[in-house]
Amino acid sequence: MRQVYLDHQAATPLLPEAFEAMRPYFTEHFGNASSLHQAGLRVRDALKKARQQMAALVNAESEEDIFFTSDGTESSNLAIKGVAYANERKGKHLVVSATEHPSVMNSVEFLEKQGWTCTRVPVDAAGLVDPAAVGAAITPQTVLVAVHHVNHDIGAIQKVAEIGRICAEKGVPFYVDCEASAGWLPVDVREFGASLASFSPHRFYGPKGVGVLYRSKKARLVSIIHGGVQEGGRRAGTENIPAIVGAGVAAEVAVEKLPGRMAHAAALQKRLWDGLASRIPYIKLNGPLPGPDRIPTNLNISTEFIEGEGQLLLCDLNGIAVASGSSCVSKSLKISHVLAAIGLDHALAQGNLILTLGDANTLEDMDYVVETFARIVEKLRNMSPMWDEFQRGVIDSVIAPTGRGKSFSQHAADVSGKAIH
Amino acid sequence: MSDTYTLYNPTVMDHFMNPRNMGDLKDADGIGEVGAAACGDIMKISLRIKDGKIEDARFKTFGCGSAIASSSMATELIKGRTIEEAMHFTNQEVVSALGGLPPVKIHCSVLAEEALKAALEDYLHRHPELAAKAPAAEVVAA
Repeated sequence: MRQVYLDHQAATPLLPEAFEAMRPYFTEHFGNASSLHQAGLRVRDALKKARQQMAALVNAESEEDIFFTSDGTESSNLAIKGVAYANERKGKHLVVSATEHPSVMNSVEFLEKQGWTCTRVPVDAAGLVDPAAVGAAITPQTVLVAVHHVNHDIGAIQKVAEIGRICAEKGVPFYVDCEASAGWLPVDVREFGASLASFSPHRFYGPKGVGVLYRSKKARLVSIIHGGVQEGGRRAGTENIPAIVGAGVAAEVAVEKLPGRMAHAAALQKRLWDGLASRIPYIKLNGPLPGPDRIPTNLNISTEFIEGEGQLLLCDLNGIAVASGSSCVSKSLKISHVLAAIGLDHALAQGNLILTLGDANTLEDMDYVVETFARIVEKLRNMSPMWDEFQRGVIDSVIAPTGRGKSFSQHAADVSGKAIH
Repeated sequence: MSDTYTLYNPTVMDHFMNPRNMGDLKDADGIGEVGAAACGDIMKISLRIKDGKIEDARFKTFGCGSAIASSSMATELIKGRTIEEAMHFTNQEVVSALGGLPPVKIHCSVLAEEALKAALEDYLHRHPELAAKAPAAEVVAA
């Protein structure tokens, strides 16, 4: 069976050259970077090189602005809490977009319980934040603005450079989560006006177990993990040297391959979305249309009258690995907060799939996905009472309304006796 | 299949991939359609009832793999039962017959029980002369 991996947002395979570079740091070069002898000094050198490779990927002023963490979640926790605690006396207000990653949203919620307040700036139906609305949310008490570069669910590219200018004018630090974009789109922290930026090498063919936080010296940041004086005192704990070395190689390769990667992904994205849209009725693309506002690696689709987990399972059984923002897939039984923020009808959020493309995918793979997915949709629609009720005019389509029947949400509320979310 | 990992156990996967009794019954004697407010899933069960016994059952489900498997299993289990027996049917039977469900998916089996009981209520509503004799359906809350 053909295997098509379409979950590059979750993980990518490690580059062979990164793996080779990492290998000696597990065995002969096992030293601790804090040690003062040969074994320690050797890995300290490797650490410095990786820092330079990271700085080059995001155009940082200096390698000293790069801090290694354990992953993206730790980076955003450090960015949000580290800046908030460092500026506690100045003010206790934060501004974030409504569609930030859970590691940002939940860090903010944690701070709110301790007396901070936060303004969540809404997004439009495509998932885009209005920079002026971010500016309007800033108060004299604001100590941090956080808006991601690219949304992890719907691939929307935010106008971060514009937001960065507004933050600079108002003198407020600006954190840009670049987890979904680094390695796939140009990331330039100076152009973005970012005081802080984070990214994870495992999203662009590096290893797991390492995250990166860029911090400009202009932004005050305190450590949230307490221990030794590693990473300039901003992140205590022994550095994961093998992963950091592999991450450096992945960053170097990303710089070199970026234009090719973007062009390849854009061709796949077009083939896949064109195929799905023409082959499957009542399907919707969530987020901006492919083009300047959407990362070429992402498609987020809703297929009406069927639920996402069933689609995901049948895709998997046909060799296709995908993700979903449906409530049935989440452990909290809630739809993705991003889909809720763009105002997507619950019925469509239920039928959601997230497809993220990568280097190894081919145009033939996309054709296979379209044909396989069309069969899956047919199978699940045959099983769905909603499809049948739509045919009989009991309920209407959200994607292409016919004017017959009640809305899915109304019907769902009627049969469950409660309003759905 | 030995090196294939699955989200659910083999019985659940089998009922998801090869659902039993999927579809609608023409001229059903009772139809129940219920929704789960928690996640938004919707399940519909149709019954053919003759001489106080469930002769045939069909389901249609808008929901995840375990919701589809739960409705498939529920329709299998209730065929041949009397109305009175079916009124005492619980989601636990579905869970046991499926060899267990993940904790977060137990509510799918509750939905199957609710759909079955809604179909029985519909039947009794159509036959008020029987309703007086039958015990009231006890729908267990999720």
